[in-house]
Amino acid sequence: MKRREFLKRTGQAMALAAVTGGTGFVFHNRETTSYRAVVTKTGSFEVPPDASFPRLTLARNEDSITALRGALDALGGIHRFVKSGERVTLKPNVGWDRTPAQAANTNPDLVAEMVRLCLEAGAAEVTVADISCNDLRRCFLRSGIREAAEMAGAKVILPSDDDLVEVDLGGKLLTRWPVGRCFIETDRFINMPIVKQHSASRCTIAMKNLYGILGGRRNQLHQELDQSIVDLAAFCKPTLTVVDATRVLMRSGPTGGSLDDVAIENTVMCATDQVAADSRACEFLGLTGDKVSHIVLAEQTGLGQIDYRAAGYHEIA
Amino acid sequence: MTIKAVRNLRRVSQIVFFFIFFWLILKTTFEVSFSPADLSEIRLPYPVSLALEFDPLAALMTWLASGTVYKGMLWSLVILIPTIFLGRFFCGWVCPLGSLNHWISEIKSERRSYRGKGKIESNRYRPYQRIKYYVFFFCLGAAFVGSLQAGLLDPLPLLARSLGTAVLPTVHSAAAGILAWAKATGIGPLAGTVQFLYDLIAPLLLAFRQAHFHALITIGVFFALILILNRVFTRFWCRAICPLGAMLGIFSRFAIFGLKKDESTCDHCNLCLESCQGADNPDIGARWRQAECHLCLNCQAACPQNSLSFRFFPDQSDTRTNPAGTPKVDATRRKVLTSVAGGLALVPLFRAGDAFEVNRSELLVRPPGSQPEDEFIGRCIRCGQCMRVCPNNALHPTLLEAGLEGLWTPYLIARIGYCEPTCTLCGQVCPTGAILELTLKQKVGDKDTPPNRIGTAFVDRGRCLPWAMATPCIVCEEWCPTSPKAVYLREETVIDSRGNEVKVKLPYVDASLCTGCGACEYACPVHDQKAIYITSVGESRSETNQILLERDRSQPRRPSTP
Repeated sequence: MKRREFLKRTGQAMALAAVTGGTGFVFHNRETTSYRAVVTKTGSFEVPPDASFPRLTLARNEDSITALRGALDALGGIHRFVKSGERVTLKPNVGWDRTPAQAANTNPDLVAEMVRLCLEAGAAEVTVADISCNDLRRCFLRSGIREAAEMAGAKVILPSDDDLVEVDLGGKLLTRWPVGRCFIETDRFINMPIVKQHSASRCTIAMKNLYGILGGRRNQLHQELDQSIVDLAAFCKPTLTVVDATRVLMRSGPTGGSLDDVAIENTVMCATDQVAADSRACEFLGLTGDKVSHIVLAEQTGLGQIDYRAAGYHEIA
Repeated sequence: MTIKAVRNLRRVSQIVFFFIFFWLILKTTFEVSFSPADLSEIRLPYPVSLALEFDPLAALMTWLASGTVYKGMLWSLVILIPTIFLGRFFCGWVCPLGSLNHWISEIKSERRSYRGKGKIESNRYRPYQRIKYYVFFFCLGAAFVGSLQAGLLDPLPLLARSLGTAVLPTVHSAAAGILAWAKATGIGPLAGTVQFLYDLIAPLLLAFRQAHFHALITIGVFFALILILNRVFTRFWCRAICPLGAMLGIFSRFAIFGLKKDESTCDHCNLCLESCQGADNPDIGARWRQAECHLCLNCQAACPQNSLSFRFFPDQSDTRTNPAGTPKVDATRRKVLTSVAGGLALVPLFRAGDAFEVNRSELLVRPPGSQPEDEFIGRCIRCGQCMRVCPNNALHPTLLEAGLEGLWTPYLIARIGYCEPTCTLCGQVCPTGAILELTLKQKVGDKDTPPNRIGTAFVDRGRCLPWAMATPCIVCEEWCPTSPKAVYLREETVIDSRGNEVKVKLPYVDASLCTGCGACEYACPVHDQKAIYITSVGESRSETNQILLERDRSQPRRPSTP
């Protein structure tokens, strides 16, 4: 073998060996770190408190839109909550593949009216979204909310996995959790729950409705239900809470399914205090706020007042 | 019109029918129309199983097995009647799987056996082409005694199944993977371009969310094999295996349209053979086989001497150009009878095993509205339309859950997706009535009508959080869609691991209320092996697969309490 050939062939082999070994060392990872990005974002969309308005208003009317307008005007009107050019996200309860009459989802007329009010107040964009339990498409179709919201001029989002961001919720129990992007990347957040019986939390109204902003394996949250509801309510502070008690699901909640489970109450509530709203609304189910453990824990955490009369309550007949 | 123009017409026809078929598969999905005429019943805007209803083999086999021609299956006469006069025009002009095989066969190859002389030799008629008749008669025998096996090999259900439950989910997975990779590179223009392309194809090709199918790999590999075989023999599937091609071949026995050969002008260049799709001997000196010909017209278009022509009432008496001696349909009586006997024996063979009745898998939860198992097996052509349309990805092709006899028939895996109570789409798309179309009332039930049940839920107390770990949960009860709820709770005091008394709500199932929808199983947080699960017992379609003596009482046993 000639020297030249020896050098060439060993050189080739050594070059490949160097590249192979080098690649291994360059990409060697000694630490076991996670590369999942976590976003820290605020979920606080509140308006400054104003003592000249009550914190909870309630209006009864067979016409749900009149009731909504009555309750909202008593709280200061839409202009107190939505300013010109702002992006608004509405979060109705669209959890289940049920018709409006079955009272498992928020009344679509109220959602549509809320969209119109926000647009009248000059909102740049109104988004309606929820992360449903049943198939998103079916829920938004059968609840009538997709049609109602789009006709009123809103953008309806059915969040997919791509629409979730990992967020540090900063709670005692809930820390890193996937949250629908549209619920946090917005200027105003309006929670629009419906009043329903629930066998774990006894009632699912305003604070429990916030489960719907979460993706991931939220069926594990029931193991620490009270703390997870309160953690979420502490993270996500809506600009306004509009409680639909036009039809109340008295039993077999939160899914219902039979009209026998539904009570007609023709009531709409508006609140800047989630705890007061839950406390008043659970009375439709024969409960009081001080008997419902997650509402009690929420008050102890300083999220609001169970004694809604003391908080500032106004009722319109 | 010149022959080359007619051949181009055939090419256009193949493309058009392929895309109609593909489009119908794509549209076999839950599309939200946000202005429903009737909020109570969701229907698909298109008759998505139309292409399958034109399938004469499916019509014949389901007719034999079930005694009726179900709904739209009568459309199949639109294919079958012209075939009697013209021959297998369907194979050359219409069949989407045939076209796919055609196109793949036409890709140029470097291999010697696939070019020139090798190609000419491989396109001569070969005895292996008889296999398809044996397959056909075998399926016929099986169908005669109530087992529909033709669907496994029938090209239209085969293609629908392969595209719907293997190819399209794989495309979705690949597209999502490429997008994720492009985003992860952090190169802005690359991510932007890929995102643009993704958004372009997504509304057309990708489902609302990624579908995952059980047994996908078996369907995908089988389909890939069919396509790859084209690289060995031109249209091997169509020539040798396809039972629909065999059926159409048999029905073209008295065709009045065919090939006329003129020996006087032929110079034996064999160009006709080189481009022949069906291996039906278009050349002079061998008998042209009507039953093998796809009417692709390649031979006539290729002939430089104009010795070949397709025409009505061709004169085929000249035995020198067209020697007789072989039967028009290439299967001897003895072998036909043997094939039929084999098919007939299939059912006793399967039914003497345990999978059909005595030891049926408890996991075999059939779609809602399914017929009793014997009738179901006699109708299901395994087209996978129900699986593709299911909005919850709940329906899957079986592997062995229904025995080998029921390979790739649909069953429900609640862990992946549950049966939406108000959904009736699987029955709407089933072309053969294996799954009957339910009205919403029949599905959900009311005070007078019992609901359609597909099974019953059971609590696994060894895995359930409140039962086994003194931990609150109740998610199964929350999701239970019946009213009153079939999953009910009893609050009891249990002792946790530290000896503390804890009050938890323990789930129970009321079998008289449960419809077996599997929402509880789907939602259960014990993710890998669920602590509440459904099995098929209690299903409406079976008289025997029951637990309760009196199942559908008009008054529920448990009074509903607030």
